[in-house]
Amino acid sequence: MSLDVNRLANAKSKGKRPYFMRVPEAERVLNVVLALAQETAVLHERMDTLERLLEAKGLLARAEIDAFGPSIEVVNQRSAWSQAYLSRLFRVFEQDCEALRETPEQAATVDELAQT
Amino acid sequence: MSSTQLQGPPPYQAIGRHAVMSQVDHDEAARFNFLTHMNRFLSTRLLPRVKDAYERSALPRFQAAHGRAPADRREVRQLMADETAYQQWSALRRGTMELRQQTGRAVVLRQLDRLNQVAAELNVQPGLKLDPSLPLPRYIAAVDQHCMPGSYHTELVANDVSPAANYDAGIFATTGGGLGRYSDGGGWAVVEWLREQRSEWLARHASQLRILDLGCGLGHNTLPLAQAFPHAQVTAIDVAAPMLRYGHARARSLGVSNVAFIQADAEQPPFAEQSFDLVLTCMFLHETSRSAINRVFQQSYRLLADDGISLHLEQPQYAGMPVYEQFIRDWDAHNNNEPFWTTMHDLDLRALAADAGFAPEQMFETGLAAVVDESLFPKPDKNTEDYGRAAAWYVFGAAR
Repeated sequence: MSLDVNRLANAKSKGKRPYFMRVPEAERVLNVVLALAQETAVLHERMDTLERLLEAKGLLARAEIDAFGPSIEVVNQRSAWSQAYLSRLFRVFEQDCEALRETPEQAATVDELAQT
Repeated sequence: MSSTQLQGPPPYQAIGRHAVMSQVDHDEAARFNFLTHMNRFLSTRLLPRVKDAYERSALPRFQAAHGRAPADRREVRQLMADETAYQQWSALRRGTMELRQQTGRAVVLRQLDRLNQVAAELNVQPGLKLDPSLPLPRYIAAVDQHCMPGSYHTELVANDVSPAANYDAGIFATTGGGLGRYSDGGGWAVVEWLREQRSEWLARHASQLRILDLGCGLGHNTLPLAQAFPHAQVTAIDVAAPMLRYGHARARSLGVSNVAFIQADAEQPPFAEQSFDLVLTCMFLHETSRSAINRVFQQSYRLLADDGISLHLEQPQYAGMPVYEQFIRDWDAHNNNEPFWTTMHDLDLRALAADAGFAPEQMFETGLAAVVDESLFPKPDKNTEDYGRAAAWYVFGAAR
């Protein structure tokens, strides 16, 4: 078998792909960022695993990394990390939503401060 | 809460293993873990902001322009298309769905030769009947459901199981483990419902229980019925050979031998009338079509013996639901390759069942939540509904 795994893994599903943002290019960049975010998470998790194994055993074996199963306690720590990480990445979206809650008076005060 | 209790979704390493399951290395498991957390972040952090944007920005905008609230979900959809929070949530949700497919396919395809061989070896045992001449319904041939390239049926090589292997590898991440170790919490929910709500019916079928699962996929929800009722003769049909090859191999690997996986069309199952006691579908109807669903109901009636029960697990129907919730629940129809989703959730299932022959007083509706091992897996959380993805279902049923 000589499947082109990289190409086939990326296969597009049938039909027109929806874009939601005003500028489709921005959404394409977002999709690149999403893939990078996934890989960053992967790196983080791998290092976390390595460090824990090194700490526990004082040596490193590749098979041990692949065989590693985190304890529930470790998973809880990783869960907290993942949510904090996503929170950092998508800070700007939440800020846009927070802006909806700002009153015109607050904005006026900032304008006034800028001019005086 | 003690630090030894799971406070978030379970790690990918907790997934239930069987012989035909894809092997994942450390980094592949971490990719799935990222997707699990991304889905959780989307539903718990970004989705509430979309509702905020509707209430604080879009709704006032609409009311100022029209002097009334939006009358239906189509007006909400048109309105929300301009809301930044909706655009961002949607873009990330679509992107995450695509990334999930990429992640699963990369895992499966690198080891496809081995998976196909393991499945073939297990499938030497009886219980798998394929029919290569069976025509594919258009709703399968023309649609890549939930952004799954090649749908359920596409074979990249001979005797392929890759669509099922990819489905099985990823559903754990898509649902945040909410369906349990073997992603079978729907099937166990049906078992629990039968035991609690139909105990006399089960007693009447203690010597003979014939079960038919229409559109079974890889049999995630079929197996619990076979496991809970070892005396049952279970038949699971699907049009997609890869799902059946994988499903039968998976069942055998898990020690389940009372399920026959048969390649057949739910619109015309090749069985004698009144030959089953329980006919069910699990998240299948919304992936069919307007004409197909009629026939599935007609066939359910035809195939049921006297005192038989038909059950359909789906997401809730839209009738009577607030327009914003309808709009959010309808996202998959427009943006996740589920074209029949909209029409299906507007249908009057009681009328459909009546047309098929069921008596109105024999029809029932109920809600079911996934039954999972709660020592490790999250209980379905009603406060963080991820519309269309939650491990909870609306059930429509009718007895004969």
